[in-house]
Amino acid sequence: MKHLDEYRDPALARALLAEIRRTVTRPWTIMEICGGQTHSIMRHGIDQALPPEITLVHGPGCPVCVTPLETIDRALAIAARPGVIFTSFGDMLRVPGSRDDLFRVKSRGGDVRMVYSPLESLKLAREHPDREVVFLAVGFETTAPGNAMALKQAAAEGLTNFSEIVSHVLVPPAMEVILSSPRNQVQGFLAAGHVCSIMGWEEYEPIAEKYGVPIVPTGFEPVDILQGILKTVELLESGEPGVANQYLRVVRAQGNPAARAVVDEVYEVCDRKWRGIGTIPGSGLRIRDELAAYDAEKKFEVTDIKTEEPAVCIAGEILQGLRKPPECPAFGKECTPTSPLGATMVSSEGACAAYHRYQRIGR
Amino acid sequence: MSDRPDFSQMACPMPLTSHDTVQLAHGAGGRLSAELIDRFIVPRFTNPDLDKLEDQAVLDLPPGRVAFSTDTFVVDPIFFPGGDIGDLAINGTVNDVAMAGAVPLYLSVGFVLEEGLPLEDFHRILCSMEAAAARAGVKVVTGDTKVVDRGSCDRIFINTSGVGVVRDGVALSASNLQAGDKVILSGTAADHGMAVMTAREGLSFRTRIASDTAPLHGLVAALLDTCPGLRALRDPTRGGVATTLNEFARSSQVGIRIEHDAVPVRDDVRGACEVLGIDPLYVANEGKLVAVVPADEAAAAVVALRNHEIGREATIIGEVSAAHPGIVSLCTALGTERIVDMPVGEQLPRIC
Repeated sequence: MKHLDEYRDPALARALLAEIRRTVTRPWTIMEICGGQTHSIMRHGIDQALPPEITLVHGPGCPVCVTPLETIDRALAIAARPGVIFTSFGDMLRVPGSRDDLFRVKSRGGDVRMVYSPLESLKLAREHPDREVVFLAVGFETTAPGNAMALKQAAAEGLTNFSEIVSHVLVPPAMEVILSSPRNQVQGFLAAGHVCSIMGWEEYEPIAEKYGVPIVPTGFEPVDILQGILKTVELLESGEPGVANQYLRVVRAQGNPAARAVVDEVYEVCDRKWRGIGTIPGSGLRIRDELAAYDAEKKFEVTDIKTEEPAVCIAGEILQGLRKPPECPAFGKECTPTSPLGATMVSSEGACAAYHRYQRIGR
Repeated sequence: MSDRPDFSQMACPMPLTSHDTVQLAHGAGGRLSAELIDRFIVPRFTNPDLDKLEDQAVLDLPPGRVAFSTDTFVVDPIFFPGGDIGDLAINGTVNDVAMAGAVPLYLSVGFVLEEGLPLEDFHRILCSMEAAAARAGVKVVTGDTKVVDRGSCDRIFINTSGVGVVRDGVALSASNLQAGDKVILSGTAADHGMAVMTAREGLSFRTRIASDTAPLHGLVAALLDTCPGLRALRDPTRGGVATTLNEFARSSQVGIRIEHDAVPVRDDVRGACEVLGIDPLYVANEGKLVAVVPADEAAAAVVALRNHEIGREATIIGEVSAAHPGIVSLCTALGTERIVDMPVGEQLPRIC
């Protein structure tokens, strides 16, 4: 734990805060892409400690938040089928679809199991050849290699009772949607460190150049985040946007080529609907046609599902950094983590949930 | 934990029996039932009240108010580092009774056994219950055993109920907290929950984390001896320290503020929590208590706890305030303040 403690060192954090105060001369709005970063900012009270010139807005990088309701409803329909063992990371279990969540499906007799890795699902498939094991593959670029590897391994072993519902999303197209909006307020980004550990940071260079914004791949601990903010502010103040890597101990320019190769082998880029935002071209991953036998949505025919979001919810605007959670009239009233109205209150990494959990004192 | 005797390894030979596993007939009231009770259960808890094998125990209680509590144990796995469902079931109810400022005296034990449970496992659990009851100084005076079809429960569930007598003049309550009081935790947080969690199938890493399951009545007695103003006690089991503090804050309509690094957590527990993305403040303990005491009694309370074998790491973790009633907050390393909320949903099912 000594290693982690260094990145939570209060003295180092305070020194970085002082350096940020010395560097900043005018107001800047910076978006942290990843929900993990939002969570860390709230948990450690970083936003309160920053000088007033800096406004942090919270990005769309919460995979649970942006998974479309239709995907969740399809997952619920498959999970409820007899003979299916439905597996998922823990944070998806509580996510409500239109009428249900996976816990309720489980309470009615569905075999729903939490796993820490898709390889555990694969193991279940080997152990239960008479059952269909389905893994809900949701996430950004970070979790794609593991999920792709599980599918690749299933194919190599000839396991016919394993399949995935794939709803992966990609960061760069979402950043372009945010930057090209006429209402955009974001002037610089903390890119998601874990995403960059897979993808590297080269793909951000054209975005930084095209929109004239600094993009700083950043880690998740307080010192990481403060360092990321400092780098972003330095780039903003110098008027020389570009990509600068804060997360040096993890992120390389090309990312992890072996992991990217597995993803490319199993998945291909597709258009993807983001909950609260809409369809973004080229922003998702789906299973390649030659591996269609492992695509749960093709294996289990689920009829078309139409869904509606509550009109009061402003999750879409929050995910694009246009508004903040306390500006929502339903925040903390009709909408709480126990009865969420929208995506950003559902996941612990969602901006609304983070505000609700950590910041209701006199605000 | 190493200075504690490991009762699970003590020689406690299994009685001779005609079966290796629990049969439905073991709960049917006939010959096999009698064999289970006479050879397995009664010898472990033997005392004059139990040995009569009446339908109830008739007890002479010392004078005073009676604290009465019940708890049911469904932990999975049934054996985990540092303990098993047996000593958990004894200590859990002993502690619930003790948190009223009572001396726990008598327990009842109810077993629900799944057909097919290896009798060796049942015997091992009974032996650890025997050791835990002896350690806590309580007598098991009445009990019940049911056997259900395979699949109708998961191996073994145990209910224990307990009575104890509250020390004269003591009236502890979660609603007693006053601004300025200090909040004390008797040791490291999250040991039990992470021991069970990491012992569970499916986790791909191993640790040496052991459950802290232990009877707390000794710590309670030490606190009552030194702190006449003791306000409230609670053992932070499911939902962890954060949940207990929230319950206190709500009941007393006060704020509680804790310091970010004040809650002691073992390095390996903290590491496991980091890997699993779990906040140790929300993880179950089975051998710790949270005490709220007036500020001028806090130092003596900590010393009293630290003099006790299972309270050596006791420390003040926070303070009660009049600000933001009903809310627990944490002072971060950056000097900012954030909420420590009630947990949402089930973080770790079947932890006790």
